[in-house]
Amino acid sequence: MTCLPTPAPGAKKLGLVIDLDTCVGCQGCATSCKEWNASGHSAPLPDYKPYSAGAEGVWFNRVHSYEAGEGAEGRTVHFPRSCLHCETPACVTVCPTGASYKRAEDGIVLINHDTCIGCGLCAWACPYGAREMDEQQGVMKKCTLCVDRIYNETIPEAQRQPACVLACPTKARHFGDLGDPDSAVSRLVAERGGQPLMPELGYKPVNSYLPPRRRPDPAPVEDAPTQMDIRNPVLRWMDRVLSR
Amino acid sequence: MNPAPSIVFFTTASGAGYGLLFWLGLLRPVGLLPAVPAFALLCLAVALVLITAGLASSLLHLGNPQRAWRALSQWRSSWLSREGVAASITYVPALVFGWALWAGQPGLATLAGLLAAAGAAVTVWCTGMIYASLKPIPQWHHPLVAPGYVLLSAYSGMALLAAVSALGGVVGGPASFIVTLGIAGVILKLAYWNMIDGLRPVATAESATSLGFIGKVRPLDPPHTETNYLLREMGFRVARKHASALRKLALALAFGLPILLALLATQLGGGVALAALLLAALSALGGLLVERWLMFAEATHTVTLYYRGG
Repeated sequence: MTCLPTPAPGAKKLGLVIDLDTCVGCQGCATSCKEWNASGHSAPLPDYKPYSAGAEGVWFNRVHSYEAGEGAEGRTVHFPRSCLHCETPACVTVCPTGASYKRAEDGIVLINHDTCIGCGLCAWACPYGAREMDEQQGVMKKCTLCVDRIYNETIPEAQRQPACVLACPTKARHFGDLGDPDSAVSRLVAERGGQPLMPELGYKPVNSYLPPRRRPDPAPVEDAPTQMDIRNPVLRWMDRVLSR
Repeated sequence: MNPAPSIVFFTTASGAGYGLLFWLGLLRPVGLLPAVPAFALLCLAVALVLITAGLASSLLHLGNPQRAWRALSQWRSSWLSREGVAASITYVPALVFGWALWAGQPGLATLAGLLAAAGAAVTVWCTGMIYASLKPIPQWHHPLVAPGYVLLSAYSGMALLAAVSALGGVVGGPASFIVTLGIAGVILKLAYWNMIDGLRPVATAESATSLGFIGKVRPLDPPHTETNYLLREMGFRVARKHASALRKLALALAFGLPILLALLATQLGGGVALAALLLAALSALGGLLVERWLMFAEATHTVTLYYRGG
């Protein structure tokens, strides 16, 4: 059903918290995502013309880089973009077949590839560009929050996390229950002031982005006087002693 | 947005077909059209051919057309599903209408014709709402979009009706309707274009990235060096370069020429009127193809904020 489920009070809201302060834009999360999902729930994840000019394919995670601000305040920010598993996603309600759905038990937004007709309307309805068409199978594909890892009892418990989170070398990606105010991810969002993307559109993204920290203002450094600058021999001797 | 030819053709052809069905069902009982059943049957055939050709074309847009029947299930939430349901249901009174005309049952024909007209109006409204319900595309999420689909469908349907009526020797009424609806269409399109040109963006690169607190956000490195589905589907920008010329072309072909030809037909009558009204209908449909193409090409999607800034 493409009508949204009514979440029970205290229901799980699984999602990602992405730290824009520590992300170095290495593309590790994107390639790890591609690797896992090319053979998991969403398999295959095609590449078109992979070995020639015009190579492109379906990816669930795209890492952009931006410049924000001007002058001394300006900085480069690396920005991974993937499905935000919104609380009120229009990509689900516009689906004519019921293939696109939001799970009541944990809030993950998924696509049933056996019933998707590939009309593309959900991709139009998503403001974040989270959905990409598999033009070989003729069905829409998207981030599954690695639903085939996080509940997978055949892999060690420590690895039951999305592939992108495990791959991140700077621990800029965190996975957890954002519906529980005491979870590690919720505390991180509260401490660091995590932000939703395009909140003005009203889709209530679950994923949260931690803003880059402000750099401390560097104190103006005064040039130290050299031996040549100190004329008084007593002071020159003291400077020599203290500089040892 | 990428103007997929299958969708541009679908909304134009089916729109005109539903418009024709609407006017046929509505105007026949009040005696504004030739009374012979053959006339109504010809109109109905033209309408159903256009509707069916358009719907078939829309199936070409799908990645898995053989599953299209599944799209009838989610009418509670999805305008696309509602459109599918309305389009399917409308076939029932339309075919009953045809049978009643064939079998000489005027009472049933009137009732079925009115029901088919209602179905046609609902279907076109649903088509418009598919676009009008998409918040990430401000040029579509606009109060004039769904009324525009309905009005242009009514207008192109009337242009077809006038051409077929001229075959039956009735010119004046339908031709004057073309003028009225055409002027309404021009006003609506001019108002719509004027409003979308001054549209405030629904979101900014700053709100899309949450980095606005630092300052202006500019894309530095793209996430991929080649194109992708998002850029091909949502990042289409060829037509915006020629938008003003195409708008003039759309206005001239869709409304200007048909209005002039309709006025000419009311003055001259006879064979000239028939030729003029046939040409008017073709011109209107051609112009609406340009208008529908622009409707897509001029629409921008918030995902481009991530790639191009804003």
